Amino acid sequence: MPLLYHNNNSISNVTSFAQVPSGSPVLLSTATASGSASISFTSGIDSTYDSYVFKFINIHPATDNVSFTFNMSTDGGSNYNVVKTTTSFPANHEENDGAYNFGYQDFDLAQSTSYQILARLVGTETDDNVSGSMTLFNPSSTTFVKHFISTTNNVLSISPPYSEEMFIAGYGNTTSAINAIRFQMSSGNIDAGTIKMYGIKA
Amino acid sequence: MALISVSNNALQNITVIPASVASGALVLLSTQTASSSASISFTSGIDSTYDSYVFKFIDINPATDNVDFTFNGSTDGGSNYNITKTTTFFNAYHDEADTGTALTYQGGNDQAQSTAFTIIATAVGNGADESVSGTTQLFNPSSSVFVKHFISNVTKNSYNDYCINDYSAGYFNTTSAIDAVQFKMSSGNFDGIIKMYGVK
Repeated sequence: MPLLYHNNNSISNVTSFAQVPSGSPVLLSTATASGSASISFTSGIDSTYDSYVFKFINIHPATDNVSFTFNMSTDGGSNYNVVKTTTSFPANHEENDGAYNFGYQDFDLAQSTSYQILARLVGTETDDNVSGSMTLFNPSSTTFVKHFISTTNNVLSISPPYSEEMFIAGYGNTTSAINAIRFQMSSGNIDAGTIKMYGIKA
Repeated sequence: MALISVSNNALQNITVIPASVASGALVLLSTQTASSSASISFTSGIDSTYDSYVFKFIDINPATDNVDFTFNGSTDGGSNYNITKTTTFFNAYHDEADTGTALTYQGGNDQAQSTAFTIIATAVGNGADESVSGTTQLFNPSSSVFVKHFISNVTKNSYNDYCINDYSAGYFNTTSAIDAVQFKMSSGNFDGIIKMYGVK
């Protein structure tokens, strides 16, 4: 007897093997901003995965010269105010080849509950945007602080513009589980852009 | 007629699908959990199947305070971890008291044609909540033509309450295939999880 069907289709077209160790990352959620004050992920951050990757695709602000920032929550998104200590250093290069810079700069935090800058001086020119990614490690741990590492690239909204790669790393200095995360501009809305949350297979 | 089996097992229990089936870019090959372990070694699965491998470190916590998290490679299946390496090392740091920040090349942590273990993270603390997390990517370890490049990026809360973001990179200066990798602290045992992924 020929084998024709399993689950939703013929076996040659099966789309899901739930127990098969497949690859990562696993796309968990996609949020698209459209004049949004913020983008929050309030579900799916738990012990299922031991690290999570957030991809920023063409984040475009409504207000010129603002920073793209994030914070974490231990209460499901009621409050985004986790204490953080972080490091920050950009590498940038002027479009007219006039200057470049590389070194530590104080976009960091020291035991602060403020939002952490991931990219600065983001512009509102039509083609201005931020793209990049951030990894959050073991957010559901109740033993360790919560490490994260972010790299973004941005067009600095100054004249002449710069290309700037921003390196941010640090930790949420809490042993409570992180179960929500929020991204927003330092002022104004996120005019457009997509943030995707992936789980890295546990 | 009931459908009982296909390929290697009952359908609901299939554990392997053909390589031709598209899956994600990172394929989890091995997970090892250190529990007061002197070292963690990956002695199988590093071959020509993948042209790069990613090692993820989840909350590596040493038993001894202020030690370095290190690694080395092997060309003999793990009998010896002593490959000659030349490397770079720099980091950004910032203390919780907000008294000091810097981005500096750390010449004391790099290597020049040394067989010693390479430092991935410095000054790791053994406090209950102190740990290292991050990744090391190893490129084309099975090549018999090229040296073997690697790039690491980790972050930690150090033994003296600094946030430190360490970057190390370099190459195993050998044209022999690397078929095993070992991680350990510069002194003492450690806890934590290390996962090895193949990159499609």
